[in-house]
Formats: sequence, C-alpha cells, structure tokens
Amino acid sequence: MVDLAASATGDLQLRNIRKEFGDFVAVDDLNLTIPKGSFFALLGPSGCGKTTTLRMIAGLEEPTSGTIAVGDTDITYSKPYRRPVNTVFQNYALFPHLTIFENVAFGLRRRGIKDVKEAVEKVLALVELGHLKDRKPGQLSGGQQQRIAVARAIVNRPALLLLDEPLGALDLKLRRQMQIELKWIQTEVGITFVHVTHDQEEAMTMADTIAVMNKGRIEQMGSPVDLYENPETVFVANFLGQSNLIKATVGTNSGAETSVDVQGARIILPTSRNRSAKSSVLVGIRPEKINIHAAGTSTGKNALHDGVVTDISFVGVSTQYQVEMPWKQELMVFEQNDGGAANIRKGDRVTLSWEPNFTFALDSED
Amino acid sequence: MAIAHVSPGTSTHVQPERSGRKVPYLLMLPGLLWLAIFFIYPLINLAETSTKTRATTQETGAFVQTYRFANYIDAFIEYQDQFLRSFMYAFLATVLALAISYPLAYAIAFKSGRYKNILLILVVAPFFTSFLLRTIAWKQILGAEGPVVYVLRTLHLIGPDTTITASSFAVVMGLTYNFLPFMTLPIYASLDRIDPRLLEASGDLYSNGLTTFRKVTVPLSMPGVVAGTLLTFIPAAGDYINAAILGNPTTKMIGNVIDSRFFRIVDYPTAASLSFTLMAAILFLVVVYIRRSGTDELV
Repeated sequence: MVDLAASATGDLQLRNIRKEFGDFVAVDDLNLTIPKGSFFALLGPSGCGKTTTLRMIAGLEEPTSGTIAVGDTDITYSKPYRRPVNTVFQNYALFPHLTIFENVAFGLRRRGIKDVKEAVEKVLALVELGHLKDRKPGQLSGGQQQRIAVARAIVNRPALLLLDEPLGALDLKLRRQMQIELKWIQTEVGITFVHVTHDQEEAMTMADTIAVMNKGRIEQMGSPVDLYENPETVFVANFLGQSNLIKATVGTNSGAETSVDVQGARIILPTSRNRSAKSSVLVGIRPEKINIHAAGTSTGKNALHDGVVTDISFVGVSTQYQVEMPWKQELMVFEQNDGGAANIRKGDRVTLSWEPNFTFALDSED
Repeated sequence: MAIAHVSPGTSTHVQPERSGRKVPYLLMLPGLLWLAIFFIYPLINLAETSTKTRATTQETGAFVQTYRFANYIDAFIEYQDQFLRSFMYAFLATVLALAISYPLAYAIAFKSGRYKNILLILVVAPFFTSFLLRTIAWKQILGAEGPVVYVLRTLHLIGPDTTITASSFAVVMGLTYNFLPFMTLPIYASLDRIDPRLLEASGDLYSNGLTTFRKVTVPLSMPGVVAGTLLTFIPAAGDYINAAILGNPTTKMIGNVIDSRFFRIVDYPTAASLSFTLMAAILFLVVVYIRRSGTDELV
C-alpha cells in the first residue's frame, strides 16, 4: 500500500468536477488548478458550492463526476485518511476528551509515529500555545482553539491544508489578528492553503489567489487586486466591494478607447476594460474612484451632472455620499477625509467625475 | 431555617440582587422537604431499628433499643451468600445489558435516519406495562411450553426434559430485560450528542472507521455508559421481584431476604441492618467505579 499521505505533492487539480444532491447541482463543471505553496481562497455567498468543493477535496464527499489530483496522484475516490490533505474545520472540531497535546498528536499517532513529542512541541511553539498543552479544549478561548486546530492539521505536514470558514466564530478584532497570523504561518510552513470563506475582506487579506464562486461555478479567478480593479461579471463587481453600475449604450470604438452613452453623457473607457460584446452594457465605477464637486465645476474627462446628494455618512477614514441622478438611480461616492473634500451638504446639486482608466463595462445580468 | 431569613441584621439597605439570590433555594424547597419527610426521616428510623433487639414479651414486632451493632455482623454472616449472589447477578445483567444496548443505541443514534423517534419510543414502550406483569410474562416466554425452550430443544441444545425457568439463568435474563432501557437511553443520549464533525476530523487525521470508533466515539460516549451501568447495576442489585418470580429458593437475592425479614418473619432489626449494609456496599462500589472510569468530571 502506498502511503499517499506522505508521497503525493504538487499542484491540486480539479477537473470537470460536478456534484449533485438529488436534483440540486451544488458544483457544476468546476475546473481549478491550485499551485503548490499558494494561499488560495474560494470566496462566495452561502450555498455557492464552495464548502462542497472543499469537502470533495478532503474526501468527505464524492464528486458525481470529474477528477481530483494532487500532482500526478489521483485522489478522487481515496478515503479521507489516505489523502495528503488535512482540514481545519469550522468550529475547529477539537476532541473534547483529549488534552491539547494529544489533540495535536492525534494524526501522528494514527500514522504509527512513536516519538511525537518533538514535532508536537515544535508546532505548539509555532502557534505560541506551548504552555497550554495539558489543558482540555473546553478551557481555551475561541482564538486559542482556532490556533490549535491549525496546529493539529499542519503538524502532519500535508501537501494541502483546507480551512473551512476558519475565522467565522471569532470577533472582528481577533479575526483581523488571526488573518495576519494564518498568513504568517502559511509562509513559515510553505504548505498549500485552500481557504473557504464568504467574507471578501478575509479572502483579500490572506489569499494570493481568489476564486469567486457563484451557483456552483467559478465566476472569476485572480489576485485580490485584479479581482477588485478588473471585475469581469456583475456578481464579482458587487461581491467584492461596492460598484456603481449604470446602464449604457456602446458608441464609437477608436481602438484603445471606447465611448459609451450614459443617459446622454459621453463616458470613455479603455476598450480592454469592456467585457461585453453587446451594444447595451453596464458601465461600472468604484465609489472611491469618483470625485464629487459642486454643480458645474467638474474637471475630469468622465462626468455626470445634475446629481442631488440624498445622504451623507461620515465613517472616519472616508465620507460616503449617496447621490440621486436625474434617472432616479442612487450612486455611491466615497471621499477620503484628507481635508480636500468640498463642503457639500445634503440636498446640494453636484457633478460626479472620474478618470476613464477606472471605468469598466460588463454584460448586464439578464 | 436559614432559607427563610429575610436579611442578616447588619445590612440596612436592601440590594435588588438579594431577592434574586434566594430564588434557587426557594426552588429547591419542595424537593428538600420531600426528601426530608420521605427519605431522611425513614432512613434515621431505619438506622435506629437496625440496632434494636427483640423484646422479651411474646408479642410479635416488639423491639427495644439496645444499640446492638453486632446485628450487622450477624446478619452479614448469615446472608453473605445472598449478598454475593445479588452483586453477581446484577453484574452479569449489567454486562449483558451493555452488550445489547451499545450497538442498539449506536444504531439509533447514527444509522436510524427518520425512524429515530419511533425506535426510541419502542425502547421505552415496555414501561407502559407494569414491571410485575412484564416479569410474569417472562415466566411464560421461558416456560416449558414457551418459544425459547422450543427453539433450544429443536436445536438439541438442551435435553427434552430440561427447563430454564426457576433458574439463575432466568433471573439474570429477567434483570437484563427489565433494566435494558435504563442502559440504552443514557448511551443513546451521549452518542447522539457527539458532533459529527469530530468523527470527520478523526477520519481527516488518518483514522479508519474502527480507529475512530475506539479513539473518539467510545471515549465520548463514556458518560452515557457510566450513567447506564449505574442505573442498571444499582436497582438490579437490590431487586427482588425477578428472583421471586423467575428464580427458585437457591437463587434468592438480598432483596428477597430483606423482603421476607420485614414482611413475613417480622424481624425488623435484621432487615434494617441488611438494608444499610446493601446501601453501603453499593455506594462503595459506585465510588470505586466512577473513580476508575475517570469520568467523574463528565457525569
């Protein structure tokens, strides 16, 4: 018998993975290559199939069709305990009857390793909880349990570490701290991390590559910056941060630049950022890219006039304006509080402007 | 009683939490009163009776207090066989009940799907009939014309004239059957409470099904096993109905002796001292058992 847990290494490859539960298709023809050593995030709303995908990689579910491989080793139908994969479960699933030391040693002992002390103490030192090794999981705080769950998995040196909403149960401050810590641990041990979350901030902070999933399919995959700056679908534009999406008609294409008509205003964008082949598109612009001015004082190339400020909220680092346009659509504008913002009040008539380079155009969803 | 105190004399201003703190005691009051009247008082009475001796008058049931602690020694020496037999039978019944209940509880907890509630009702169903009637029914089941004997005879496992009623076998069977739900339900409860993710985590950490069962399922079900064995062993050790109905004179348990000392021979001091000895012995065994099973924090 080949010990897969020790031998298989390399990129994780999912080929044509499909998973049905009765009539419901949870994962639909999924293709994914996760490079060895990367910190990869599967991001999507609940029910998008991300957890099912993770469970298939872990061996807790069997795909209806398709193959899963680590390097050259096919693991599609291998038992969970035969895979070079370990999981950090949601709510951690630490064994309540065992001490922290025995929890961490569990995987090593099952593989018949006699002398576990050194490996366990080393990994406990890595997560800075060596002093708690004789406690039971129930005596630890949420953040400590989380780190033990990571330690219990990485002590086995798997080719792949799966993290299922690992920070979901922690409060905001602790979550921020753990995001940085997990990223540091990943760099330290060099294991491929595959992380499932519905929290876009968590995915963007930790992962070097994100796959955005929706309805069982991957909408778009790329680096956090790439996904944020160049969304390819309406779903991605709205799921990662906020976007203003305005109906427009494509006008002239001068090679590098394309102009579109937004309610009579001419808006310019780089042709490469037009993701649609249709004549009717949605023009997108991120709220923080827009400048807000008193009516008629615009300087930018792209400008929309005659907006009325309907709401202003001050959120510390920025001020968020809600502006109603003549065609009754509300647009969001974020201005940094750097002292340069115009003295704009609720009810003021304003002009919105931005650089053409920040503009993108997408297929409308319907 | 301390419970009824409004406030200690020193405090002049009443804090709002004061009344709140008394609530738990007030809630305990009915239970405490019940225990005081129907448990503590009879217990003291029993203790007092246990050291009495028969009055010199010829009247039955007349005893005088002589603080004769030798009653205990006399009673124990005379009935040590029945003591030993009681614990043996109770032990055998507990082991059998555990062997039957664990797989049953496991199947109900993990494998029964939508039949879970029906199966649980079936486990409790025997309680709808009286304990006495169920035990008498077993006399029929194990009787010479009954199905068990028929099957065993057909298979030539017993001779044509052998019977299995009025034997220690029948008594242990009766005890096992009667206390089975007390074993099954606590084990089921602790198995059902196990987070399925713990079993997945075990599989993820290189355990196959059997190892997961040994290293995760069994340890986590120990509180149920301990509770179940205690709930079976304790009443079984003091039981007298099974031995009376399914046994013969050589299968008498200590409960039967106490019963006959109290109600037939009217020898209250011996019955009382036997009762105390039984209580002490059970308490001792239970403490040792809980200590050794290492689940005192879980029970």
